[in-house]
Amino acid sequence: MSKFSGLGGRLHSGETSIDFIGKRRRWYALSGLLIIASIAALSLQGLHLGIEFKGGASYTVTKVGSTVAQAETALSTAGIANEAIIQQVGTDKIRVQTGFLSSDKSNALQDSLASTFGVSIDSIDTQIIGPSWGKEITRKALYGLIGFIAVVMLYLAMAFEPKMAVAAIVAVIHDVFITVGIYALVGFDVTPATVIGFLTILGYSLYDTVVVFDKVRENTRSVTATSKMTYSQAANLAVNQTLVRSANTSIMALLPVGSILFVGAGLLGAGTLKDLSLALFIGLATGAYSSIFIATPLLAVMREREPAMKALAKRVNARGGSQVLASVIAPAEIVGDKRGPRNQPKRKGRK
Amino acid sequence: MSISNKSAKTAARPGRTLVILSLLMLALLASVFISGATEVRLGLDLRGGTSVTLQPRIAPGESGKVTTEAIDQAVSIIRQRVNSLGVAESEVAAQGSGTNRQIIISIPGDAGRRVVELVGQTAELRFRQVLATAPGTASAAPADPTATPAAAVTPELNAQFAALDCTKAENLQGTGSDNAESPIIACDRNGGSKYILDKTEVLGRQVSKATAGIDQQGGNAWYVSLVFNDEGTRAFGAITARVTSLTSPQNQVAIVLDGLVVSAPRINEAIPSGNAQITGSFTQVEAQDLANVLKYGALPLAFDRGEVQQVSPTLGADQLNAGLLAGFLGLALVLLYSLLYYRGLGIVSVGSLLVAGGLVYMFFLLLGKWIGFTLTLAGIAGAIVAIGITADSFIVYFERIRDEVREGRSLRSAVETGWVRARRTIIVADFVSIIAAALLYFFAVGGVRGFAFTLGLTTLVDLLVVFAFTKPLTTFLARLKFFSSGHSLSGVSPKSLGALLHVTKEA
Repeated sequence: MSKFSGLGGRLHSGETSIDFIGKRRRWYALSGLLIIASIAALSLQGLHLGIEFKGGASYTVTKVGSTVAQAETALSTAGIANEAIIQQVGTDKIRVQTGFLSSDKSNALQDSLASTFGVSIDSIDTQIIGPSWGKEITRKALYGLIGFIAVVMLYLAMAFEPKMAVAAIVAVIHDVFITVGIYALVGFDVTPATVIGFLTILGYSLYDTVVVFDKVRENTRSVTATSKMTYSQAANLAVNQTLVRSANTSIMALLPVGSILFVGAGLLGAGTLKDLSLALFIGLATGAYSSIFIATPLLAVMREREPAMKALAKRVNARGGSQVLASVIAPAEIVGDKRGPRNQPKRKGRK
Repeated sequence: MSISNKSAKTAARPGRTLVILSLLMLALLASVFISGATEVRLGLDLRGGTSVTLQPRIAPGESGKVTTEAIDQAVSIIRQRVNSLGVAESEVAAQGSGTNRQIIISIPGDAGRRVVELVGQTAELRFRQVLATAPGTASAAPADPTATPAAAVTPELNAQFAALDCTKAENLQGTGSDNAESPIIACDRNGGSKYILDKTEVLGRQVSKATAGIDQQGGNAWYVSLVFNDEGTRAFGAITARVTSLTSPQNQVAIVLDGLVVSAPRINEAIPSGNAQITGSFTQVEAQDLANVLKYGALPLAFDRGEVQQVSPTLGADQLNAGLLAGFLGLALVLLYSLLYYRGLGIVSVGSLLVAGGLVYMFFLLLGKWIGFTLTLAGIAGAIVAIGITADSFIVYFERIRDEVREGRSLRSAVETGWVRARRTIIVADFVSIIAAALLYFFAVGGVRGFAFTLGLTTLVDLLVVFAFTKPLTTFLARLKFFSSGHSLSGVSPKSLGALLHVTKEA
């Protein structure tokens, strides 16, 4: 652990520095590839939408020793001809999913399931979604996504710089594509819980980006005045300085989400908990990646196009690059305390 | 600038902020006990029950006619039916507006199929001639047979009429299944009277307009005026012409909605024009209510079952246990990690998370009492996810403190300057979270709304805890020798952080 803290110190000073911005083309290429793969998966396979979006009925019977064959018998007794998906969930549950059923047919199927499995009708967990309801849910999910991106962009533009808002949103859209791509590729079920988990993760990914950008802004506030490093260098230092925090945040966020996923998928089998946490899990990973590898390089590139920053880059290059990285982090303000001998700065025997 | 003044003040008085927070928590605890909110209200997915979401079926070109008022009328009809089941804590609520307005019915326990059948039927408005009437209680002897025209009322109907007890809830449910073609027995809406009614002669959809008005010449009495369409004008003309000369109560025409008598005005004259007025000692509310009933009758709303969800109590209990297990597991892992990584400072995050957890729990209890908040599985998931967000605020702050220590500050000064910088980040980041939660809340449907609600609530609690607990506690701890001397287990030891010791030359 203390070694890791030491790493934090070296990243903070710029002694250890990972060049995120300089090698951005590598990350852009990787993301571009992933996005193309996502679009391909999406157009070839499409998303595996749950019955909530397309309408349908789902019945879950809980009984030890229940078999798929019993469910098939029950279906044919009820005279349900259209295709049904029968799944074994966990050890003692059988789930039957069909297209939308009228209330008579649904009752018939419930009755026949109850008599085949020898359980009471009220112990069958049932979900019936009307076809138009699915459209409504889809519409709302889309509005939610668009509204979210618009409002957050506006807020970030006000709280930070407009270019930061653009970079943050590009990173978010990047996350959307990759997560949707993973869902299409693997064929995970998409349910309203997935969509909600997904929208949450957009918030979380932005949160990550916000923290990195906050540091970028702080580091770059006086770059033009000191002429010691270019905007890109200052931004890269910020990413490095917040790296430990980003790692810790991701771990801290993954621990609870991981426990929901573990309990939801492992113990309950399927449902809200699993759908929600799976989306969160995938989104967290892409979100952490994009705030470091996509958002910040993009911001740096946009800012470097500004005449003031171009001039700055010229000055810095003329002075011979960035060996003085560390010394730029001057304390912005010193609270008026008297430093005791213990806290007097000592020169470290370095270099 | 006020920022530094303020931080200096909190730095000077960490004790006072902590005392204020404990007073707030005590006040919350007291309100929990005073309001008797000792249990978190659980959603149907956690304790078993049936929920049905209905959406109005809209014929092409008729979307303008589905108004919020019409749906509210339907809600009150459905509420009446659901209440008649006598299941405690059943709820009927409407959500959204205009054609997107939906009705959500939740009934705990295993009423299941009966509910789904009951709420799905379309309520119709019908006009029927009154054949006989009596007070709403059941009478031992059959009603006076001479008062009923033998032609229409069979002895069976008469016997049923005598036995009908309108004070019982199940007789006030209305079913929408009253047969239009034959005489029926019916209660009035508040159970005060019962009626034998003839077959339907005028239909609700033959009403083209209904308004409540005030008669300014006639002593400011409220009345309801009615306009019928062509068919309705003929039918209403015929029934009024026939009954007006009969003796009471047979000169009354009952307005029946969903099998219950809303009003049974006496017909004073034949009305062939299709324009009628119902007068009586109406209050404004009564008149408007009657007009709304008549308007609704003009366009009876049919509903589609958008979503039916039936959760057995067993599954509910399983889901509750799974949610709680995931919560404890997640919390324990986060606490363990922060203790391992931040050592001594980890005490602050353990304390903060426990305080935040206590606050959230008390809010769950109180909001359940105050605004009927129910905790669903998605809500539990929201609260668990929020553990991460809350912990993140501490990480932002702690990393800032460590940065300041690395730059050579004393711990006491690092705690203050680190706070000024971390505070902004925490506010911006939490604000993004709150925007997300608010948007999710408005766009989400059904159960997942609970997720957004708890996420938003816990983010607000996080802000409170970071400002009123984490910061003062850290300031307080920074004064202790264990921390300020940079003990290797304190988590803020300059040595193990790799403090940068040559920077101050710049300042």
